[in-house]
Amino acid sequence: MSTESTDSASESREAPEAATRPPAPGSWRERLRGRSELGVSVLLLLVGVLVLSDTFTMETVADQRGPVGPRTVPIVVGVSLLVVAVVLAVDVLRGGRGESDQGEKAGSEPADWRTVALLAGIFLAAAVLIEPLGFPVTGALLFWGSAYALGSRNFSRDPLIAAVLSMATFAAFNTLLGVPLPGGPLMGVL
Amino acid sequence: MESLSSLLDGFGTALTPLNLLWAAVGVLLGTAIGVLPGIGPAMAVALLLPVTYGLDPIGAFIMFAGIYYGGMFGGSTTSILLNTPGESAAVVTAIEGNPMAKSGRGSQALAAAAIGHFAGGMIGTILLVALAPTVASLAVDIGAPDYFAIMVLAFIAVTSVLGSSRVRGFAALLIGLTIGLVGLDQMTGQQRLTFGSLQLSDGIDVVIVAVGLFAIGEALWVAAQAHRTAGESIPVGQPWLGGSDLRRTWKPWLRGPAIGFPFGAIPAGGAEIPTFLSYVTEKRLSRHKNEFGKGAIEGVAGPESAASASAAGTLVSLLTLGLPTTAVAAVMLAAFQQYGIQPGPLLFEREPDLVWGLIASLFVGMVLLLVLNLPMAPVWAKLLRVPRPYLYAGILFFAAVGAYAVGGEAIDMVILLIIGVLGLMMRRFGLPVLPAIIGVILGPNAEQQLRRALQISDGSVTGLVNTPFAVTVYVVIAVLLAWPWLRRLAGGRGRSPEGRGGPGGDGGDGGPGGGDSTGGDGGDDGVQDKEDAKV
Repeated sequence: MSTESTDSASESREAPEAATRPPAPGSWRERLRGRSELGVSVLLLLVGVLVLSDTFTMETVADQRGPVGPRTVPIVVGVSLLVVAVVLAVDVLRGGRGESDQGEKAGSEPADWRTVALLAGIFLAAAVLIEPLGFPVTGALLFWGSAYALGSRNFSRDPLIAAVLSMATFAAFNTLLGVPLPGGPLMGVL
Repeated sequence: MESLSSLLDGFGTALTPLNLLWAAVGVLLGTAIGVLPGIGPAMAVALLLPVTYGLDPIGAFIMFAGIYYGGMFGGSTTSILLNTPGESAAVVTAIEGNPMAKSGRGSQALAAAAIGHFAGGMIGTILLVALAPTVASLAVDIGAPDYFAIMVLAFIAVTSVLGSSRVRGFAALLIGLTIGLVGLDQMTGQQRLTFGSLQLSDGIDVVIVAVGLFAIGEALWVAAQAHRTAGESIPVGQPWLGGSDLRRTWKPWLRGPAIGFPFGAIPAGGAEIPTFLSYVTEKRLSRHKNEFGKGAIEGVAGPESAASASAAGTLVSLLTLGLPTTAVAAVMLAAFQQYGIQPGPLLFEREPDLVWGLIASLFVGMVLLLVLNLPMAPVWAKLLRVPRPYLYAGILFFAAVGAYAVGGEAIDMVILLIIGVLGLMMRRFGLPVLPAIIGVILGPNAEQQLRRALQISDGSVTGLVNTPFAVTVYVVIAVLLAWPWLRRLAGGRGRSPEGRGGPGGDGGDGGPGGGDSTGGDGGDDGVQDKEDAKV
């Protein structure tokens, strides 16, 4: 993500000239935040390039059935990604802004990225731990960790809820619903 | 009449004690998850999908129908008591429902919503029974070019009709199509976007994409706005309706399906437009116009009934054409595919037990919903007080369970997280999620139909437009695409002066469509009103 943000920052420096209709004269931060949507354009551009390069390095198959091979649709998608990336960039530079579900302007408020990073880290750790430690332990850690990251600080109730939820889910899925989850060493002891 | 006897057989399937139990469990789970703030039916259905993995297909879909209706009902409870609609369809309910709850009429609002759901769902499902076999038998003859045209229509409709920005809709659609490309090409076995990974050559499971975009994306998005304070839930007693309320609500309940059902069946994004149209209609017809905006019960009853009927309409196109028109339907299609069942015209011939069992269980589910949920409403209202850290920790927890249960592989959780971050980014920058999920699910299918059509025509592009049906669909697509320009050419009708007025404000300067216009005319006006409101 870091490369994208620098890209969008460098583009946003030329933004004031390009912008024919600036959204509203605000502070420089306000303006930069409005332009952070250019990051989406960059992402779309990168994905488009990725799709096209993957398609063109594809080994051709001899037994292609029908006139349209496995390349056609990826090429259409890749080119469309590039086109949409450019159109979106133009739209953002002309003052267009995305609107979220609740009708708020996208990126209109400061975001707490620390919490997001913490949650993502906890989730990733759970993915790593689920096989060695088993689901009951990992699930409880995932719940407790996430609740902690989101601001819950009750050190007796939080782990208790986490443990009960995790054990109950494990029991329900394994025995009632017939969907196997790894038990791990804890289930081996019990 | 043939469908009636099939339906009776379906009831035979749905009313076995075990299937009745699954329906009840589905309704309760669906309501419990749907009532949690910020969770709409789509996320409820996606999160609860793994619960059905261990069941046989019929039991699973019966439970699923319960989850769907329960999730919708739970969503309206959240709208009324907490003023935080879990999804766009419930936005309109909050406009009148929340003021009602604030002025101490929460019980009546909940009852109007619940019975509205019941009425709309019943009428909608009866229409489904009447129409679906006919549509399916007509659709049996349509070929690859027609399918491809319908899918292109779905792509264009979700990006153009909904949302405020087309380019962002298309961006979301293309992201979805790209995710759909990952894996082995269905026709040649060629690896695409797999980067040599064995894991990716199976493609990315649709369930993981749905849970990632809806559940993880939403949880991370809420975490990113941690400073924002949550609303206060309003305590509520037993739902009931007095005689004067009943006199005001029975007509909106019956009018709702007339608006909701047709909109559900076409790919125009499900319940958002019909609930809004129903609201405007009820406002215009009501003798208590001055109450609108302050808690008019008609404004809860009509839209809820319309939303429920549109859900039934959604099932018409899902079951007969395999075409999902809403996010929930997209997740349901994914569920069908889990069992190797492809919804489409042949479904009624190949899997009559399943289809009619599912339809019968919709009726059963609605009765259960009314019987279980009216008395339990105060309990559900308590769920609204779950502290937010627990709520979103729970969403992450169950999303992890779901991703792992898909294939029993931890790498799926990593893919889930990546797609969740994508969902977070899309929310942050106002890219709609629905086109993405439609792109993931329909993309591979559309490609296959395209290639099949061109194979038949030996590569000639005319093979895509050689049926009247396909041509008609392309004309509709062209009109949809040209709509903004057409409207400008027609001479700018008065735009609403306030930038983004609520639907209440729009109702006043609403279109010229007559008082009880519920057909095509009313539809166009409503869309236009809506677009004006968002300009």
